[in-house]
Amino acid sequence: MKNISYIIIGLVFGLGISISGMINPAKVLNFFDIAGTWDPSLAFVMGGALITTMIGYRIVFGRHHPIFATKFSIPTRNEIDTQLIGGAAVFGIGWGIAGFCPGASIPAIGSLKSEVFIFTIAMIAGILVARALKNGLMSKAKI
Amino acid sequence: METAFTPYASLFGGVLIGFAAVLLMLMHGRIFGATGILAGAIVERGQEQVWRILVILGMIAAPVVYVLFTGVMPAIDVPITTPAIIIGGFLVGIGVTFGAGCTSGHGVCGIARFSPRSIVATITFMITAIATVYVIRHLIGAV
Repeated sequence: MKNISYIIIGLVFGLGISISGMINPAKVLNFFDIAGTWDPSLAFVMGGALITTMIGYRIVFGRHHPIFATKFSIPTRNEIDTQLIGGAAVFGIGWGIAGFCPGASIPAIGSLKSEVFIFTIAMIAGILVARALKNGLMSKAKI
Repeated sequence: METAFTPYASLFGGVLIGFAAVLLMLMHGRIFGATGILAGAIVERGQEQVWRILVILGMIAAPVVYVLFTGVMPAIDVPITTPAIIIGGFLVGIGVTFGAGCTSGHGVCGIARFSPRSIVATITFMITAIATVYVIRHLIGAV
């Protein structure tokens, strides 16, 4: 039951990505193209997702613990540093070039389109390179 | 390439995305961040790896389930060249790793719990994505 719930949650997320149009780079890039062929649809995706999550989290955090776990695993970091802003800036540039974010490209794999595979492999390469660089930076900082 | 404005489908899809994020927190106490789920599915081991792989499998199944209901694949048009897909994907991978999150982790889950890091990250990647599309489409004039 616990394992099935993960698959269903991923499926609901992926259906949301598919139905909303977030899965379509042409649509995402048009959302960013305010001065050109602007398509404001994605503001509705973000709005719908945010309001639902805000209300849902309020209700869920009223519980002592999650249904299948002993505690809520919430990020505790609160420093706003160069890595956060620099990383977010670079992510935005990549998103503006290709039109896929990670949460949209993973469901898009199910379409078996070659562009999605190329994007995802390049993205995973970027993740692995960045992790290696980050680990290098951290071990340097320790010396 | 123009895309149709789809406020209702996008709002509904967004609500589903938020619903998935709420379910993951309610059942398992986890943030639905596609970046962390993808990276963790590769580098973690044991149950920490298994649950992330299950979520990804559910996400990938979404377009197939979408076809069963609607009879057609969701539109996925990638209006850029293959080298641009590779560069975009690589930058997305680098950026989300240093920025510790993407549209789902920062933009939805993070803002929903009023995390200052996530608010700063989301504003940053939205600005650079819009700027990137502006430069590519209106200054360089590609696409």
